[in-house]
Amino acid sequence: MLRIVVCIKQVPDTEELARVRINPATNTIVREGVKSIINPFDENAIEEALRIKEKKDALVTCISMGPPQAKEALRKALAMGVDRAFLISDPSFAGSDTWATSFVLSQAIRKIGEFDLIITGKQAIDGDTAQVGPELAELLGIPQVTYVRKLEIEDGKMKAERVLEDYFEVVQVKLPALVTVTKEINQPRYPSLKGLLNARKMDIPVLTNKDLNLPEDKIGLDGSPTRVVRVFTPEPPPKGEIIEGNLEEKVQRIIEELKKRNLLRWLK
Amino acid sequence: MAEIKVIEEKCTGCGKCVSSCPFSLIKIEGKKAKILPGCNFCGTCVDACPFEAIILEREEKVVDLSDYKGVWVFAEQRDGRIMPVTFELLSAGRHLADDLGEELAVVILGDNLKENLNLLKKYPVDKIYAVQDTLLSDYKTGFYARVLTSLIEKFKPEIILVGATSIGRDLAPRVAARIKTGLTADCTSLKIDKEKRCLVQIRPAFGGNIMASIITPYTRPQMATVRPKVMEKILPSSSSAQIIEIEPDLTGEDELVRILDKIRVESDVKDLQEAEIIVSGGRGLGKPENFSLIRKLADILGGAVGASRAVVDAGWIPSYHQVGQTGKTVQPKLYIACGISGAIQHQVGMRNSEVIIAINKDPEAPIFNIATYGIVEDLHKFLPALIEKLESLSSTKK
Repeated sequence: MLRIVVCIKQVPDTEELARVRINPATNTIVREGVKSIINPFDENAIEEALRIKEKKDALVTCISMGPPQAKEALRKALAMGVDRAFLISDPSFAGSDTWATSFVLSQAIRKIGEFDLIITGKQAIDGDTAQVGPELAELLGIPQVTYVRKLEIEDGKMKAERVLEDYFEVVQVKLPALVTVTKEINQPRYPSLKGLLNARKMDIPVLTNKDLNLPEDKIGLDGSPTRVVRVFTPEPPPKGEIIEGNLEEKVQRIIEELKKRNLLRWLK
Repeated sequence: MAEIKVIEEKCTGCGKCVSSCPFSLIKIEGKKAKILPGCNFCGTCVDACPFEAIILEREEKVVDLSDYKGVWVFAEQRDGRIMPVTFELLSAGRHLADDLGEELAVVILGDNLKENLNLLKKYPVDKIYAVQDTLLSDYKTGFYARVLTSLIEKFKPEIILVGATSIGRDLAPRVAARIKTGLTADCTSLKIDKEKRCLVQIRPAFGGNIMASIITPYTRPQMATVRPKVMEKILPSSSSAQIIEIEPDLTGEDELVRILDKIRVESDVKDLQEAEIIVSGGRGLGKPENFSLIRKLADILGGAVGASRAVVDAGWIPSYHQVGQTGKTVQPKLYIACGISGAIQHQVGMRNSEVIIAINKDPEAPIFNIATYGIVEDLHKFLPALIEKLESLSSTKK
């Protein structure tokens, strides 16, 4: 049996955030009442695990580290079809940076049991670091393949297509391994009604630091090598100009501006 | 452990802190400010309070970091060519090294490095660490992480800069985790806090809605990946860079991931992140066939084709064209948004473009908030007129 662990993060829905919840007077993010979602790339990770399970004998475990409300994200993963879910949550984990988060996740995964494949999204859309995947792989001592758009498992080996900026790499690695996936890999399914009903009944065990017993200097703020010292809102871009006139005048004006800024130098 | 407190005697309940908190974690209860759980001790409210009623205490650990000296830049190569981001990192690194009064070194791993070493010698760097081995010819996570970690342990740099590319963002976290040091992703600005002698790393978070300054106070090296196309490139100058060749200690078994093949992206797809001009289309195009207008304009301007998430999700165009939070982040000299309303998730992928031209029928479209030039017009009329004008210009040019 292939044992797959999917790591997910609950993030604020930034699209909704932008539409309704940015306060233009203070230019600050208003998080209250903002809907939380599963990080979109992590939904692709869940989907990929489920697709593997459709073809092979597999056990799919989904985990998330976060506050108690992250259970909602895990509940959705259960509704999509993962076999079991664990929430990794303890007040002492709060304030963890990517290193400390990866450390907690690595210890939680070891506690949960043996694994063959770890799948996670290429990055979370709130922090956008893309660091937890590789750091987790390192702390588990397994190889990683990042930015994967296609994967196949055969005979204990994974063949994957990794996306780089201007080319793809086809790589092969013996399991266990960790992959981070891009959105191109699949289209995540919606939970079925049956899935939703089943998920409501399922228990989501919580692993706290009582269970994991991790030293204080490796978790939370104290375990984090980085510190956020200041948070501020970026300068808004200068207000642009709406070009008036008839169609011809508008075209003419744009051409002039492009010329002035030397932007027609590649003109064919 | 840090602690944040409200001194109730000083607090007037004015609420300035409430609106200052980027995380909305302060509320007024009984005319006093209350800080809610989840605070990450950023200190914004401390500065915002007119009455000095909020105090933040950070326990300072004392660690000797003086063994670590100098700034390193990782020279990323693809097919043996040094990537442009390397020269951007060198200019940032040069400033940081000068501010610290330390050396700037570039680290290059690969096979047949002779030409690249000659090239690097033309730039104002103090040292070049070169590791040559046939096993290092292509980037491979396992080998590269191993070699870079051993160099760090041996030579102890205080800062390491790596490009925030799909290679840099694969390598840097692997190394940072191994030596347990801080790594800050995708920085857009770097400076030295001379008093603390530490690197202040500035990066966007929450899709660019907020910026964060991050430090690595107790461990060295301080590692950062830096977003390409943000910093100026370094200029060549006379240099007397010392080349230090290091023998790697690698065997084939160290690398568990085997590269079987490399596939080039279709040649008509210019790399969006490298393009100087991008013409992007959105739902306003009406139907997929109308992307031909976008292609035509991009083609004549010598640019690349981008797209909004809506049209990628609708299957009008492949996803590698997608600009935005879940697509690519671009910073061309010119970005032309055609029929794109400009949801925040699109804006964060393109708002740092030098010039933005937006064409949209809807005068209320959010894209006009960030456009340098806004054209309220039906793109099906405007684009053909613009293309025609450009074509006549181009024929007179010949």
